[in-house]
Order: sequence, then C-alpha cells, then structure tokens
Amino acid sequence: MDLNYGSEMEGFRDEVKAFVQGNWPLSGEEADLPMDKQAATFRARAIAHGYLYRNIPQRYGGSEQEPDVLKAQIIREEFGRKWAPQEARGIGTMMLVPTLLERGEEWQKDKFVRTTITGEVAWCQGYSEPGSGSDLASLKTRGELQGDEWVINGQKIWTSGAHLADYMFCLVRTEPDASKHAGISYLLIDMKQPGIEVRPLRMMTGSADFNEVFLNDARTPADWIVGKRGEGWLVSRTTLKHERNSIGAAQQTRAGLKGLVDLAKKSKVAGRPALEDSTIRQRLAEIEGYVKAHQYSGYRQLTKDAKGEEAGLIALMMKLFSTEIGHKSSALSLDLLGEEGLLSAGNAELGVQAKDSQGWIARYMYTLGIAVAGGTANIQRNVIAERGLGLPRDAAANRSSSK
Amino acid sequence: MNFDLTDEQLMLQDTVGQAMLNECPVTHLRTIFDGDSGHDGALWETLSGLGIVGLAIPEEYGGAGLEILDLAVTAETLGYHAAPGPFLGHVLAALAIAEGGSPEQKEKWLPGLASGERIGTVALAESGGQWQPDQWQLPRGDTLTGKKEFVPFGEIADLIVVGATGGQLAVVEKDAPGISLAVVDGVDLTRRFQEVDFASTPCEWLGQGAPAERVRDVGRVLLAADAFGGSQRLLEMCVEYAKTREQFGVTIGHFQALKHQLASMALDVEPNRGLYWFAAYAQDHARDEAERIAAIARAHVADRFMQVARDAVEAHGGIGFTWECDVQIWFKRAMFDRAFMGTPAEDRERSLQLAGL
Ligand SMILES: Cc1cc2nc3c(=O)[nH]c(=O)nc-3n(C[C@H](O)[C@H](O)[C@H](O)COP(=O)(O)OP(=O)(O)OC[C@H]3O[C@@H](n4cnc5c(N)ncnc54)[C@H](O)[C@@H]3O)c2cc1C
Repeated sequence: MDLNYGSEMEGFRDEVKAFVQGNWPLSGEEADLPMDKQAATFRARAIAHGYLYRNIPQRYGGSEQEPDVLKAQIIREEFGRKWAPQEARGIGTMMLVPTLLERGEEWQKDKFVRTTITGEVAWCQGYSEPGSGSDLASLKTRGELQGDEWVINGQKIWTSGAHLADYMFCLVRTEPDASKHAGISYLLIDMKQPGIEVRPLRMMTGSADFNEVFLNDARTPADWIVGKRGEGWLVSRTTLKHERNSIGAAQQTRAGLKGLVDLAKKSKVAGRPALEDSTIRQRLAEIEGYVKAHQYSGYRQLTKDAKGEEAGLIALMMKLFSTEIGHKSSALSLDLLGEEGLLSAGNAELGVQAKDSQGWIARYMYTLGIAVAGGTANIQRNVIAERGLGLPRDAAANRSSSK
Repeated sequence: MNFDLTDEQLMLQDTVGQAMLNECPVTHLRTIFDGDSGHDGALWETLSGLGIVGLAIPEEYGGAGLEILDLAVTAETLGYHAAPGPFLGHVLAALAIAEGGSPEQKEKWLPGLASGERIGTVALAESGGQWQPDQWQLPRGDTLTGKKEFVPFGEIADLIVVGATGGQLAVVEKDAPGISLAVVDGVDLTRRFQEVDFASTPCEWLGQGAPAERVRDVGRVLLAADAFGGSQRLLEMCVEYAKTREQFGVTIGHFQALKHQLASMALDVEPNRGLYWFAAYAQDHARDEAERIAAIARAHVADRFMQVARDAVEAHGGIGFTWECDVQIWFKRAMFDRAFMGTPAEDRERSLQLAGL
C-alpha cells in the first residue's frame, strides 16, 4: 500500500500545477470575456496541453493521450484546487460521447463529438417513458423507417434539459416483432423540429429542469442510428472504462460533509450553538464514518482501474452508498436549519454545494432526485444482490430486464 | 498510488486463514466457545509458529518487524474465523513494550512474546468505563495498588501491561505477589476477561515515548479490522443460507425482500474494507491523522458489524436465535468489538475534538 503517487506522477503534478498557475484565471482583456467564453478559452489551452478530453482523438477535438487514471485524477485535483474549468459535465459529454467513440460511425463522431465537448451543442437523454422506468426495455416509442428517414411517435418523460437541448439520444422500438430487448434502436434526433414538443415538468423543488417530450411524426435521417437496428439496448449500456472518474462521487460526499460542518458551525439548536449539542455532534461524526468509508472505497476503485482490474462488489455499490449518505446528510441538515426549514427552495441552483438556507432546502429534496435518477435504490439493491452476491434473479425481472 | 494489499499481505491472510480452517474449524471453535477458558494452547502454538503473534515486534527481538497494516489484515482474518484466544491483548502488550521499553526491558520481554512462549495482555479499564490513558487513576509508585477491569485472558497471561495515572504504563509479571484475579462473566466466549486486583504488586515502568496512546490507537484499528472480518463472515453465512434454505417451494434467496436485506448488509460491510486499511496504514505512515482515523474507523466498523449481526440473526429465522446457530458467536464478537476500549460514541466525540470542532 502506498498512497503517494510516486515521483514520476508528482513530476507530472508539478507540470499541471504550473500550467494552471499560468493559465487560470485568465488575465488581461480575456478576463473581461463572458464566463462561458473564458471557460472555452481555457479548455482549448488545456486540450492543447493534453490535460482535458484525454481519451478523445485529436481529430474530434480531444487531446488523445495514453489512458492513465492517475494522471487524469491529478489533473482533476490540480484544476479543482484553483477552480479551473474541467471537462464539461453535461449528459452529452458523459454519456453520448463515450458511446459514439465506442460504437459510432466515423461521420457521427466527426459531426458530434467536437461540438459536444466544446458545449456548442447540448443533448438530452430520451430513455424513460411514462410506462417504462425501471423496466426500461418495455419502452413503446415507435420508430419506423420511411424512405431515408425514421419517423418517430411516442412520449419520453423526466427528460432532463430537453428544453435546452439541440439533440436527443433516444431509445426507440424499431423492430416490433423482435423480442423485448432486441427490438430497440439507439437514435439521434434533432430537437428543433415540428414533430417534437417539449413540456416542462415542475420538480418538487419548484424549478423545471426536466420535461415531457412528445414525439409526433418526429423525423431523423436513416443513418442517425448508433449501432445497428435492434442493437440499441446494447449500445445504451456501452461505457468507456478508461479514465473513469472512480473517486468523483466520493469527493462529492466529502464536499457535502464539509458543507454540513460549516452549516453546523453557524446553526443553533434550542438557542445554543449546534456544535455544543451532543446529539448533533454524534450524528455529524457518524456521517463522517460513512464519508471516510466512501472515500477509501473510491481509492480502492482508483487503484483497480489503474491496474486495469475489476473492482468487484464495491463498484456495484457506489451509487447506493452515495444515496444513503445523501439521506443521512439531508436529515441532519434539516435539523440544523431549524426554523429555516420552513423556507422554500427558492431559486437555488441544484447541486451538492448549498450556499444558503434555501440552497440547503433544495439540496434536501435534490438528494431524492439523485436516488431515483439513473436507477432507483431498489434497482441498485437488485444488482448488488444478484450480480454481487450471486442470489437468484428475480423471475419478473427476467422477463422484463431493468436498468 | 496503490491502495491495495500487497501479495505478501494477501499471502499472510491466506496462511492464517488456512491455519484457522485446519486447526479451528467451527466444530472445534464451538468446543472452545463452550469450554472453560476460551483458550486453545495448540491453536496458540500454531499461530505463534506462523509468526503472527510477533508480527509487529522488531526483528532484533525475534519478531517479524512488520507494520500495523500487516497486523490489521491478520486481525481481519482472525475475526473472520472468530479466532478464540489472547491475540488482541498480546499484540497490544508487545507493542507497548516495543514502543515504551528500555533496551533492557525489550531484551527481557520481547523475545518470549515474539515466539508466543509467553503470553501478554493489557489492563486498561478502570471502573465506570474509564478506558482512556487520560482517565486512568491507578496511582503510580514502586508498586501497583488498585483494580483493573476487563483484562483479556488475565488468567493465562504471563505478563500484564497496566495503565496508570498520567497515561503511564507498567509491566507486571504473572507470579508477582499481590495479584488477585476474578472471573468476569463476559458475553464473548472467544475472548474472556478477568478483573485484576493489585495490592502492592511490584512492577516495572515503561518510560519511553507514548506507548499508551499507541496502544489505544492500534487497539482501535485492530478492533475495526476484527469487526470487518467478522461482518464479512456473517454476510457470507447469510448469503449461503439464502441459497440453501427453502420455503414456499424455492430457496429463500428468491424473495426480493430478503435479497434487499442482504444487499443492505453488504453495504454495511464492503465499504469498510478501505476504511480499516487506511486507519491501519496511518498508524505508520500518517501519524498526524492516526488517532483520529483510528477512532472514526473503530466507531464505524464496529457499529456496522453489530448491525450486520442483528440482521444476520433475522435472516436465519428461528435457528438464528439459537445457541446452536453459529451466528451468535459473531454476534458476541461484535458486542466485544463495540464496547472494548470505550464506546463508539466516545470515539466519535474524540474524532470531532481532534478536528477542532
Ligand atoms: C431528477 C431526475 C432526472 C431524470 N432525468 C432523466 C433523463 O434525463 N432521461 C431519462 O430518460 N430519465 C430520467 N429520469 C428518470 C429515471 O431514470 C427514472 O425515474 C427511474 O429509472 C425510475 O423509473 P420510474 O420513475 O418509472 O419509477 P418506477 O420504475 O415506476 O419505480 C417506482 C418504484 O418502484 C420500485 N421498483 C420498480 N421496479 C422494481 C423492481 N424490479 N424491484 C424493486 N422495486 C422496483 C422503484 O424502486 C421505485 O421505488 C430522471 C429522474 C429524476 C428523478
């Protein structure tokens, strides 16, 4: 065991440090640019140095470096230390781009990868439907090939960011006669067309970040399909392993704990400083136990990833573990807020970091969104029990496989 | 960055595990568990022969000169097998002497402890749950007078490392005058206790360094490691049972409610592996974090072990509630790991204080 990165890696860290030092924040006239332009300017330089989008070929706008999870981690750490822009975290960069790189046609990569990672185009993920959530493969939205176009009819729901998106990557039933999973294709669809209507859905926090998407004779060219017809299920399961951010989630729970400690420092319980209350102290310290367990589990994964080995059971648990830590932290935050727990979530931005009381209220609710999105806690437990512990597969789920 | 065990550490676990399977399978464990002393001389000899009772004793005194992480991975395996006997008290006594003894004292005691020919233990607790060095009140003098509670295997120990006022440690030999022992009716029959009363008992003081703090922190780490190993074993027992026990015409592992309970148990076990690893690693490589992370790890892993043990009883149904079912053995190990050296609540309070909160 050795928690040092080693001298070669520390040399690399020095290079990255020097780069960030010299390039962020921007200076001179560039410092007056709007924030998104500043970020784009910085990212372009970071790409030129091989620090961002390392697994993306240069011809698609990446920096095409040898995969190295440790270097990737060092870059995240050093950029993070100075709040320098990192890789864009949109669903397009995180889910579509890896899928295209692995499964897409040359022209698809050419057309979409560069503009997606620069943020010129935004994507949304059209998977869930009113009748198909956990049992995603039961989805009903139909696509029919008419001439050189797919004509798509149906409805998607809970589609985050659909109101802002230029395109949607979408699972559509194109082979009605094939078996459940084999009947699905992975299509790319232009959102700006008459056949698509986006209706915002107001979330419990009060803001409207997800939507219903109605597809009425929506059209997309015949070759805007990733993989072959009927391979959509498989394609949607593609993830690029290299340089996976195996400790990102743990870093977020750590940041969450730090926020909770700061909140405790300024809160009162029954008129006295919260940090003098032994119950609050115990709960805070108990949460830290979970957060530390999360952190070192992340290091275990990072090590396995660096060696190219499978991390095993722990890898199946990270989402549920974050969810559970989120529940515990949320419960404590509400007690710390006291009477401010009567406030609305206001217009607080959603995220791990809460800046004020209303931000904490938003976060209190948002941890539930995270629990549900991308596979509910029960579905995670199914996966742990079946794939992790080798228990029998659910009879119903065998018929109708879940996310 | 390599946050993983070395091949040597994995081999160590494998060797210890094999020895436990050969010498102390559950059938044998049960005879020790139900027996008078909770100690098995033959098993102790085997473990001594493997070198694990002197793992962290310097090589010049006959030990293996390894680190706390090596000791901890061993404790995990012993916890997995619910190894009965004086391992914990013994290695802590050896650590105290290795850290705090003069060269003559080390020369006198460590070789015997390293080979396992002599058994050591620690006398820490004073009445009212005063386990911590800064709480000890036993007066410091040329001799010792006063009472120590919950001394593991005090009866078979050849020497006892005793905590006294000011966090000082003294060593008392078994045949010294003025020692009287009383049996404690402990819950964990794999790790028995005596209460030890000293009356003008001659002793030698360990004057170097801060061995009491080291004993406290490494003790917590070893409890966490034991708890991780024990909880892992219980999880496996439950999964195995779910795959064999049938109800309603199928194995009970088909029922989603039980599957989810087992998944939750797994979530109470697996993430703690890295936590105890780091707590152990910190004892040698991140000394400024050592006390705090040891406290966090012990509180967390022991609490999770206790929860898993409760869940394990339920997962076995009626048989789970019997003396006959092996679950109870680990259940009681959990009770030991949770209460020996103070409570998780005290560990947590301390962890906050150490963070300046
Ligand atoms: C904030 C947020 C953002 C989202 N963004 C997107 C997006 O951008 N694109 C997109 O496609 N989707 C998105 N989703 C949808 C999300 O993926 C689904 O909500 C999720 O997969 C659950 O599906 P469902 O809502 O139909 O619930 P259901 O599947 O109906 O689940 C309801 C309850 O039943 C339980 N359940 C279901 N099946 C089982 C089973 N087999 N075993 C045990 N329990 C079961 C669930 O655990 C849950 O508790 C988002 C959701 C949220 C909350």
